[in-house]
Amino acid sequence: MDRKMSPETRSALEKLADWFRARSIWMLHYCTGCGAVELPPSMTSRFDMERFGIGPMATPRQADVLLITGYLATKTLRRVIYTYEQMQTPKYVIGFGSCTINGGIYYDSYNVITRLDLYLPVDIYIAGCMPRPEAILTAFNKLREMIEKGEANGWKRYEENKEWYRANQLKALNGEVYVTR
Amino acid sequence: MKILESAAVIITGIVFGLFLLGVQRKLVARVQRRYGPPIWQQFIDVAKLFSKSSISHGFVFDMGVMMALGGTIATLLFVPIGKLQVLSMSGDFIVVVYLMAVASLGMAMSAVNSGNPNASIGVMRALTQMFGYELPYLMVMMGMMFAYRTSSILGMAQVQQGGILNWNLFRVPIGAIVVFISMFGISGKKPFDTPIAPAEIASGPMVEYSGKFLGSLTLMHALVIFVDISIFVNVFLGGASNYWFFLLKVLAVFSLMVLISSVIPRFRVEQVVTFSWKWPLFFAVIQSVILVAMGVR
Ligand code: SF4
Repeated sequence: MDRKMSPETRSALEKLADWFRARSIWMLHYCTGCGAVELPPSMTSRFDMERFGIGPMATPRQADVLLITGYLATKTLRRVIYTYEQMQTPKYVIGFGSCTINGGIYYDSYNVITRLDLYLPVDIYIAGCMPRPEAILTAFNKLREMIEKGEANGWKRYEENKEWYRANQLKALNGEVYVTR
Repeated sequence: MKILESAAVIITGIVFGLFLLGVQRKLVARVQRRYGPPIWQQFIDVAKLFSKSSISHGFVFDMGVMMALGGTIATLLFVPIGKLQVLSMSGDFIVVVYLMAVASLGMAMSAVNSGNPNASIGVMRALTQMFGYELPYLMVMMGMMFAYRTSSILGMAQVQQGGILNWNLFRVPIGAIVVFISMFGISGKKPFDTPIAPAEIASGPMVEYSGKFLGSLTLMHALVIFVDISIFVNVFLGGASNYWFFLLKVLAVFSLMVLISSVIPRFRVEQVVTFSWKWPLFFAVIQSVILVAMGVR
């Protein structure tokens, strides 16, 4: 799959919208991994994410950013895919901690996925096990820059390469993505 | 002329309402010793919401949002902002109360139509707690209408002219406190925010709203807060002869509400009703008896 971002041309209206999107990032955290424990300090008094307009949201419909905070078992991967597909575009994904990059300490586990990027279009990774709040804030500011420049277009990548992602998902999920159980 | 005035009132309501929400976020942040978002954050949020894609869940879902926003805007037109009042008639307070109900009804309809169980729970909670705070609120207001022999908001504001001591805040003090408490319920502030409890029921009625729907509801929330406090300012704080002075009073009352609500936790849903029917209702009855028996002053 082509990972290069095409130098696309945005209309003036899109640019304005991206300016707003960069300054108001609502996140949905998928907190099954241990990394989530660093989020409360980043949101509360000491590090205060809200000064950048970043805030937690309760449901996928309202959120802009999906935070995957660590390892994903294949069972949770299914739910993450549902969640991601419920979100409204433009949407971004942040892979949080080494587990999302290469499996981290679960690199040889039998039911944990090792590379999140194979299944969902990750816009930005935060390395570390687990990343400190400073790292989280740096990542969010980087994401903010990317959104403003129009480079954070993982959601477009997902739509364009749907088959590729779907094939990977099916491989990890034993042949079906949507189950009603 | 009327059209210009309406436009002025609506723009005031939206801009100032969003500004109030921004002030709220900043104040809460300062109370928690944070720096807080910029004061215009709420404008950015709404603009962003309107720029996102959004998903509809059927005709009633769309219509309910329009009904909620439209109902609130209609309410706003009845509220005197300083000298600026678009629609006025002799019974406009009662009209306002009904129109506010139209707005909440629209929201309830649309939320339930989304089919999400969290939304239904949220709507159920909102309607339950409405029983709690509306009763004492209306009781005090009815008592005052009886005592002053007027049911127009402007009329209430005019009887208090001539000095601060003529304000209903000092003439009808118990009632003012009861209405102030009920206002936390109407604007969904902290002890009364059971319907939108984000950690329990995933923000309740708002759970399925996205993009421009959520943006419209944010606008509606801003307007509801503005209307709510404007009525308090007109009825208890003597209104204002000047547009800017009026907004200043609204800002002061709102800041007080935010400071109080930022340090208290949330009621459980049955505690809301127990509390409202125990204390505010008790004092509301006492105040109405005083008003009816002795009149004002
Ligand atoms: S990267 Fe480390 S902290 Fe994060 S989920 Fe994996 S093991 Fe836990």
